[in-house]
Amino acid sequence: MSDDPLHMPRACDGRAPDVFRPGGWVPMRQYRESEPVDFAIVGTGAGGGTLACKLAEHGFSVVAFDAGPYFRPLEDFASDESEQTKLYWTDDRIVDGDNPLQLGSNNSGKAVGGSTVHFAMVSLRFRPEWFKSRSVLGYGADWPLDWREMWDYYAEVEQALKIAGPVTYPWGPRRPRYPYRAHPLNGAARALAKGCEALGIKWTETPLATLSAPRGLAHPCVYRGFCVTGCSTNAKQSALVTWIPRAIAAGAEIRDLAMVGRVEVEPSGLVSGVHYHRDGSWRFQRARNVVVAGYAIETPRLLLNSATARFPDGLANSSGLVGKNLMAQSNQAVWGRLEQEVRSYKGPPSLAITEHWNYEDKGKDFFGGYSYMSQGPLPQLWANTLFSARGLWGESLVEAMKDYNHVVGLKIVGEMLPQESNRVTLSDEVDQYGLRIPRITYSWCDNDKRLIDHSLKFMRRALEAVDASDIWIQDDDTCHLNGTARMGSDARSSVVDADCRSWDIPNLWICDGSVFPTVGGANPSLTIQAIACRTADRIRALASRGELEAGSSRPSIQRRSIEVQRS
Amino acid sequence: MHERSDRYPGYDVLAKWSGPSWNDKTREVITRRLSIAPEPRFFTADEYETVVAIADRIVPQPADRPPVPIAALVDRKLDDQIMDGFRRPGVPRDGEAWRLGLKALNAEAAAAYGKRFAELPEALQDKLLRAAQSGELASGEWGGLRCEVFFRHRLGRDIVLAYYAHPTAWSEIGWGGPASPRGYVRLGLDERDPWEAAEATDGGDATAFRSNRRVR
Ligand SMILES: Cc1cc2nc3c(=O)[nH]c(=O)nc-3n(C[C@H](O)[C@H](O)[C@H](O)COP(=O)(O)OP(=O)(O)OC[C@H]3O[C@@H](n4cnc5c(N)ncnc54)[C@H](O)[C@@H]3O)c2cc1C
Ligand code: SF4
Repeated sequence: MSDDPLHMPRACDGRAPDVFRPGGWVPMRQYRESEPVDFAIVGTGAGGGTLACKLAEHGFSVVAFDAGPYFRPLEDFASDESEQTKLYWTDDRIVDGDNPLQLGSNNSGKAVGGSTVHFAMVSLRFRPEWFKSRSVLGYGADWPLDWREMWDYYAEVEQALKIAGPVTYPWGPRRPRYPYRAHPLNGAARALAKGCEALGIKWTETPLATLSAPRGLAHPCVYRGFCVTGCSTNAKQSALVTWIPRAIAAGAEIRDLAMVGRVEVEPSGLVSGVHYHRDGSWRFQRARNVVVAGYAIETPRLLLNSATARFPDGLANSSGLVGKNLMAQSNQAVWGRLEQEVRSYKGPPSLAITEHWNYEDKGKDFFGGYSYMSQGPLPQLWANTLFSARGLWGESLVEAMKDYNHVVGLKIVGEMLPQESNRVTLSDEVDQYGLRIPRITYSWCDNDKRLIDHSLKFMRRALEAVDASDIWIQDDDTCHLNGTARMGSDARSSVVDADCRSWDIPNLWICDGSVFPTVGGANPSLTIQAIACRTADRIRALASRGELEAGSSRPSIQRRSIEVQRS
Repeated sequence: MHERSDRYPGYDVLAKWSGPSWNDKTREVITRRLSIAPEPRFFTADEYETVVAIADRIVPQPADRPPVPIAALVDRKLDDQIMDGFRRPGVPRDGEAWRLGLKALNAEAAAAYGKRFAELPEALQDKLLRAAQSGELASGEWGGLRCEVFFRHRLGRDIVLAYYAHPTAWSEIGWGGPASPRGYVRLGLDERDPWEAAEATDGGDATAFRSNRRVR
């Protein structure tokens, strides 16, 4: 392999890397910068990658930009925690507040495929009531979406990713069977199951976006356990190996190592394209519509960095809410030691789950819910957890590490409430592109603390029930950022509408986890992808009714895409 | 110097180097890591001496095997500008934070004992590190950097990550190690594939040793 995906763009000259073959290529359509494409999409992760695929398949011309490299997992990914930090977004950021967030490995990716390249593949539907949490459950904000419609889009995404899950899912309304059979339980998952049974609550095999049977050129999961550092066998159904190849086949162009620094606004008040940095210089791509899908930090950062005289507080920000209501999910854990060997490094980290406290409202002194899952930390992560969360170093660290194969742990994904004071703003320092870096402010509210407390007590009982010894709690950890550009049904209290279209600028859209009004106690990526599928269908419907804004050279989007397909 | 019990006698994760557990990319990455020379590129000689001394206290190593060159691994990471990507207000970027923290630790050592950190006996080094961990060091040299933040998010973190990035440490804890493309088959409690490390249990050292010698 002679090329270096971290420093030289790979998707150029009419071809893109073939993610299924070492050294391979697939043909890729290329669009001229001077001619507007229907959609310029910023980010190719769970939101942007999915949307790029669906819009291209609906016949629109699409160019999707990603600041990160275009990997071929089979040849580029090592089984090594240090090496694979190349998957993370580690550009400079400032964190503050009472509970400053830990980012890097813990949050967003920087690669074609986004964070899904290193996510843990847990693929859950939201509890229906969460979409109306304000009116039904009394906290947070209502989504402008109906859960029944979401149920159909969840089914679409589950099929697209061939989610492996149980035959019947124990919680919530009926849903179709998962497309692929559930994975076997590892030692850690068995401990979770036993703990739940002892406490009288349900558990199940976790629905996971990794193959339990062959699929095309991707072979099934081999349980090597490096999932959160990138799957080198392509069993993981990331956006990189699912939506992106489909998008390219349907005529979308992907531009890797292309950092968008600014969305351009015309005097008319519409956006007209994006300024992006690639191969050492700034360039401009014209577009009839721009979609921002850069993750809950980079999305508001780009909107704020694109301020103009007309929009001095940043784009889409007449509500003043861009960057606000940032929500992490709590990720606290309880750890212990089993006499038996657990060796939780084998297999995906979370093979078993309980959503009991997502669906049970009795016995809670807090709003919201949490699920908890079995865990499988790799050695570096585990050593740093013992050091930073437990304070061990010296002989005590070295000795504790020798118990690595006996460690058992349970970790929550918990709902944190939206608060305007938790937010992304711009710092005065600039990054390697000369762009102002984000400052991320986070503090837990009392409800967050009560939820965490409840979960830690409950998980401790679950570990006691499996006779774990040496039990301790890791009380400061978060994951999964969302919010910062929430959707709603009122322009004064939200940034985008149910179609992910900004209230202020009709041809500017936001399509990633930023649009969540609340986060629930379930991992977010399935919902992000379901919303992207819905958004694509809505855009098609709007276009067919002539309700899509277009740039100055406006033939209808529909006609234009037909021309594109013919040419 | 200290005794280190051998929980996985005879296990060497590198024995799997040419087998189906290691793919080319992994071999390339680990070859690079194993060939790092124990000398600084990023740190000055003085700084490096202090990092070596600190690393000895954070992750003490036995004398009966070649040591993991922790300080050099940290040095290379900084020299390659591999960053965490996030920091508290007032805390400089990773490399600058290291320089500032080392200077401050040496200033604390000089103020309390009239010596450089590396010249202190182990017990006093530990005492200073414990004071840093619990936020008790307040010399003006720290500037905007709080000693406990430096200890937890920079010093300890980088050292611990460096040590457990080394195959020697993987063998020590009996981890299966790199596993692509082969992966694992036996996943349950108390189940072990033949290419995983066998743990020495009471009186079973010889059995574990024989089993671990066969790991490929
Ligand atoms: C360790 C880990 C484990 C996780 N496990 C799970 C899990 O098990 N289940 C689950 O549901 N979720 C999980 N997540 C979270 C999940 O991956 C994210 O919620 C999801 O991918 C977010 O989707 P997104 O579209 O908002 O952003 P991303 O998927 O992060 O995509 C954003 C993309 O935009 C690009 N980008 C940003 N700004 C710019 C710019 N200005 N110009 C060009 N490109 C830009 C980035 O490079 C990135 O590739 C996990 C996350 C982590 C870190
Ligand atoms: S356990 Fe499965 S999904 Fe995870 S890295 Fe291995 S093959 Fe990929």
